[in-house]
Amino acid sequence: MGYSGFRILKEGLFGQKGWKPVWRDPQPKPEYDIVIIGGGGHGLSTAYYLAKNHGLTNIAVLERGYIGGGNVGRNTTIVRANYFLPGNSEFYSHSLKLWEGLEQDLNYNVMHSQRGLINLFHSDGQRDAFARRGNAMINQGDDAVLLDREGVRKHLPYLDFDNTRFPIYGGLYHPRGGTARHDAVAWGYARGADSRGVDLIQNCEVTGIDIQGGKVTGVQTTRGPIRARKVAMVAAGRSGQVAAMAGMRLPVESHVLQAFVTEGLKPCIDHVVSFGMGHFYISQSDKGGLVFGGDLDFYSSYAARGNLPMKEHVMEAAMTLMPMIGKARVLRSWGGIMDMSPDGSPIIDKTDTEGLFVNCGWNYGGFKAVPASGYCLAHLIATGSPHDVAARFRLDRFRTGRGLMDEEGTGSQHNLH
Amino acid sequence: MRLTCPLCGERDRREFYYGGDAMALERPAPDAGDVAWNDYVHLRDNPAGATRDLWYHDGGCGTWLVVERDTLTHAIAKVTPASEVAR
Repeated sequence: MGYSGFRILKEGLFGQKGWKPVWRDPQPKPEYDIVIIGGGGHGLSTAYYLAKNHGLTNIAVLERGYIGGGNVGRNTTIVRANYFLPGNSEFYSHSLKLWEGLEQDLNYNVMHSQRGLINLFHSDGQRDAFARRGNAMINQGDDAVLLDREGVRKHLPYLDFDNTRFPIYGGLYHPRGGTARHDAVAWGYARGADSRGVDLIQNCEVTGIDIQGGKVTGVQTTRGPIRARKVAMVAAGRSGQVAAMAGMRLPVESHVLQAFVTEGLKPCIDHVVSFGMGHFYISQSDKGGLVFGGDLDFYSSYAARGNLPMKEHVMEAAMTLMPMIGKARVLRSWGGIMDMSPDGSPIIDKTDTEGLFVNCGWNYGGFKAVPASGYCLAHLIATGSPHDVAARFRLDRFRTGRGLMDEEGTGSQHNLH
Repeated sequence: MRLTCPLCGERDRREFYYGGDAMALERPAPDAGDVAWNDYVHLRDNPAGATRDLWYHDGGCGTWLVVERDTLTHAIAKVTPASEVAR
């Protein structure tokens, strides 16, 4: 089905009756080669790359709700590759390259906008840390520019540079960073997977994982049992419940992270900007709303809504950084369920059960990872060995203590990231 | 969310520091081995529903508390001083 300005005009004149669903709504078959638990961004991209890169299409993606209804449709849409540590660095670099070709690849407009990302710093020590991070990004082959105060002012004249408590010293500019339209990413991957023969099965909750003799044999679902030779658990915030069906406990705690959007405004914030002295980051959607967020509420929760103290903190940080935001009215706020790992880095690995794979621990950074996460999990499922750029995302790194990736340097322990 | 401290009464969530799952009270022996220690330090049941966790009344009496609550609704079932729970 083609999308164009002409088509929108035509459908508008004829009551929008000509649009057709772009993926099938199949009944689950009794058996598949591969079952993916979770029809979010990561699950859909895994199915897409299994079909596209490895020619495997006898696949079902099982989604408890509807496609695009989980974290992939509830995040703040930032896409960047500004990681520091080996492991994360090559992975997110690979992901950004996939993003840059994604619209051509999917033939779908995901509105990927490389508007640039600026992380502000407010002290000499923080400048040194960002200079070091920028060098790591350049070493990885990505782009980073250390801006001084006047350099930041040229990009972001509306900030409060002379705030007495937190004066702005400069910023680390990542020109290839930006945003994308989150729903479109889910829809583009869904259409791409479906058109290659993958069954996307919605309203289908997995209620059990069948294991015989140390080998996975299928899943039980609310729409009947499905046999499978390989099963991938890609359930983000609900990973703990899914893994429990396979008798596993994961190094993951689910926490609530809040986000906010204002009413639509004329274009005023052209970049993605993060405050260095409090948890606050912001961008403006193409619809005009200022989309911003802060830190976790810092206790385990599946409620998908947060508390007022964190809202207050975020609003205070916003007012400190850009006083003009006080004129904007907040339209809504919401909370997402984050699968937090002890070191703040993800897991893409096999499990002790043959044929059972796990993809989790995306913390609050899963959206930008959607392309590479699926790409690498597909590689692992199809070939049996990890992809080079995800080779360090091991499940056993916490037990062994080898290969921990603690970007924040706060320690590899729950409740610190 | 508000927590009722057994010593101070009902207080705002801001007064409390979250200390993670209450399994922290069941510390394995130093020589229990890396599997037991990995279970203790890293692996979590991560329940969607009833849970038990530790909170420190940072902005009040300084007592560590064991809080029984629901992770789906944020409802608090019971708050007990950790000193009465720990062996």
